[in-house]
Amino acid sequence: MLIRVKNAGLDVPSSEITPEETYLNRRRFIAAAGAIAGGHLMAPALGGKAGRAYAQGGQDFSDATDELGGEVNTYEDITTYNNFYEFGTDKRDPSRNSGDFQPEPWTVEVNGHCARPGTYALEDLLAPHTEEDRIYRLRCVEAWSMVIPWRGIPLADVISRLEPTGSANYVQFKTVVRPEEMPGQRRRLIPILPWPYLEGLRMDEAMNPLTLLVTGLYGRSLLNQNGAPLRLMAPWKYGFKNVKSIVEISFVEEMPRNTWNVQTPHEYGFYANVNPEVDHPRWSQARERRIGKLLRQPTLMFNGYGDQVAHMYAGMDLTRWY
Amino acid sequence: MTSAVIWAICLAPLLWLILRFREDGLGANPIEEFTHWGGTSTLILLLLTLTVTPLRRWAGWNLVRYRRRLGLAAFFYGLTHFMTYFALDQFFAFEYVLEDIAERPYITAGFAAFVLLIPLAVTSTRGWIRRLGRRWQRLHRIVYVAAGLGVLHYLWKVKADTLWPMVAAVVLAVLLAARLKPKGARRRKARVGR
Repeated sequence: MLIRVKNAGLDVPSSEITPEETYLNRRRFIAAAGAIAGGHLMAPALGGKAGRAYAQGGQDFSDATDELGGEVNTYEDITTYNNFYEFGTDKRDPSRNSGDFQPEPWTVEVNGHCARPGTYALEDLLAPHTEEDRIYRLRCVEAWSMVIPWRGIPLADVISRLEPTGSANYVQFKTVVRPEEMPGQRRRLIPILPWPYLEGLRMDEAMNPLTLLVTGLYGRSLLNQNGAPLRLMAPWKYGFKNVKSIVEISFVEEMPRNTWNVQTPHEYGFYANVNPEVDHPRWSQARERRIGKLLRQPTLMFNGYGDQVAHMYAGMDLTRWY
Repeated sequence: MTSAVIWAICLAPLLWLILRFREDGLGANPIEEFTHWGGTSTLILLLLTLTVTPLRRWAGWNLVRYRRRLGLAAFFYGLTHFMTYFALDQFFAFEYVLEDIAERPYITAGFAAFVLLIPLAVTSTRGWIRRLGRRWQRLHRIVYVAAGLGVLHYLWKVKADTLWPMVAAVVLAVLLAARLKPKGARRRKARVGR
């Protein structure tokens, strides 16, 4: 039987939507699963200096590094050097042109193959979960990278609560369309991209403990230029996979199209896993420039997260499934 | 006065760069910003060089004696652009630079445009103009090819937003079209000849 929940969570606390016992059990299960699966996976990411920053409550990241020793980029660099074409294509455009954008109040529509579809107020979607600070590398397909202390919740936690059904093989995400607040969406002559911006993950990628629904960085709420109020972060994939200002999450059966793949199919695939051996037609992916550094450095397979994600692609031809 | 204005045009990109540097030190990725600055400046100066002939022809405004200055300024920015890529961006990594030139069409086009500008800059002196005579003009028609490749380089470089490369392409097309002799004029000339 298909249960439809209209406007679930808009003015009802999520604890009332889900019977409390079920909900607590599920959380206990997720916590246990997290301790088993995520615990040792996350250990390196939270070790050393990064761990200290994490312990400090994520406020001061100035000395923090990722688990490989890469220094965290400055808050200024992270908030002024952005690819967010809804606000313009220059790296500085998002920080300059996003002043009119209103990330509050925010609702997220959940639809498709799941037991709890509906329109959720952002607070209700996130409330049952605990935010974590995690330091991840971000590798753009343009061959630059940053180290960023994100704040967010594992996407797996949210997905579990939405109870996807067996036909939900993929998750599709949609960015908001608000031409009146997003100058990049206003252009009629030669539009920048077809809007809305769409992205997707395979269900196992979405459930991977690394994948975050991000709500902040540097211990603060996301700024508009970084995808406020809610964005994705799958750190082993090129930056463009990490869709910003999410308004819709759909559980779908077929592999969804993603915007860049629609725009330029031979250059951008669905998976977009960081891979130094498969070049983009316009950029060698063998090396990258870490923002703030002069010399390029070698790019790591899966952006250095192979231990956590490589098993998902075992046996796949990554030259074909780029 | 005109000379001063032409100098100002040639040096305007440097002024822009200084202002931009004072603003935020070229931002989070200064090498990228500097590279884009060099490329944009080259293309603008190249297109301005190509406006001299149409201006004379359609507006009767003869700036031919300043054309070399504009062209050399374009070459100067082109050289800066290439060296930024080669020395700063790639840090003299020949292996990667050769791979880029061979395999990435936008770099192939840009590199070809730059290489084509070299003989034009070299033969821009009075001595070479005299020595080459009529051949000088034929040689310098290469600038049309270089400009075309420059626009292609720009168009193929952008990921999605082709607005500005398209503007450059239209400007170049208009400048080249303005050089074509109108059919009527040619016929009239032919008739007069008869």
